[in-house]
Amino acid sequence: MIKATGPDPLMILIPAFNEEGAIESVVREVLDVLPNIPILVVDDCSTDGTRDHALQAGADVLSLPYHLGLGGGVQAGYRLAFELGFSYVIRIDGDGQHDPRDIPAIFEKLKSSGCQMVIGSRFLNAGGQHTSFWRKLGILFFRAVLRPILDREVHDPTSGFVGVNKEAIAVFAKSFPLEYPEIEALVVLQRRRFRFEEVPSQMRKRQAGRSSITPSKSVHYIIHVLLGVFVNILKYGERRTKLKND
Amino acid sequence: MIDRLLNITFGMSLLLIAAVLFSVRRAHIRVEYSVSWLIAGFVMLVLSRSSVALDTLAGILGIQYAPVALLLIILSLFLIVFYRFSIIISDLKDANIALTQKLAILEYRIQNINEEIQKETDS
Repeated sequence: MIKATGPDPLMILIPAFNEEGAIESVVREVLDVLPNIPILVVDDCSTDGTRDHALQAGADVLSLPYHLGLGGGVQAGYRLAFELGFSYVIRIDGDGQHDPRDIPAIFEKLKSSGCQMVIGSRFLNAGGQHTSFWRKLGILFFRAVLRPILDREVHDPTSGFVGVNKEAIAVFAKSFPLEYPEIEALVVLQRRRFRFEEVPSQMRKRQAGRSSITPSKSVHYIIHVLLGVFVNILKYGERRTKLKND
Repeated sequence: MIDRLLNITFGMSLLLIAAVLFSVRRAHIRVEYSVSWLIAGFVMLVLSRSSVALDTLAGILGIQYAPVALLLIILSLFLIVFYRFSIIISDLKDANIALTQKLAILEYRIQNINEEIQKETDS
């Protein structure tokens, strides 16, 4: 079992659903960069050999008994990290798009800045390599939407390459957006007056599989995320008003 | 024309009440979730048989043609029932997700404890 050891225990969290083609090399690449680091793959009830491949590569696997979707899987990882006492969790995708060599930069930024979340951004000092035109357009749209809400620029709000500290782990272990969680999670943190920073990261081509966001799901994605953002603003706005009145 | 509409509503309300009671008896619907449907069916039944009640309600709502009031009330009842069930389904989904995550974590911990016991036994 993975254990939180040392003064700044870090866990790498990799949510995976039917990623047998990529998960093994992702885990091995992480171990090449950070040997002996605890890696937790959350297997979201895959129907292929994701679990076995992850175990073979040297990761621990948390197997969900039925498919919860990305947010449910990631939250399960945060829950376990919280229970085991990890101070930092860095999440990377199981499809090999994120470069594990960027993990140390995220970790250093988390520790040195004291902020609750660090995002690996494909647009910071780079043009968003291996990102489709439509995805870039969507990201630009959400950047514009989030700018007044967050009161600052966020270059890559849909990035799943994210590091969080203990305070954010505690929040996410209890409550985490279920579908398309990245943007909503930003709003949740901002409403709690948590801070986030971005560091440049490389985006690579998928090693295997397909994106969960197909063109037909894009419209659903936009409506769902906008609604989620709106609900979170209402929810935390109400809470703030109550606190002020108390 | 009006009588026919009221008779159809009466028949539908009887069917609804009978179907819900039958489902409760066969344990297809839990008792607590049958109450909303039974209330909706009972209101439909009363309004379709009592012209006094229907006319009074139509007057309160400011609708001159009573059957329109009946349809509006039925629609409202069903919207309330659907809204209530949306809340219940959302609660159930949240509980399901939390249970699934908790179960996965417990299984993970048990598996690791078993492996440690096995190692100790082997050594």
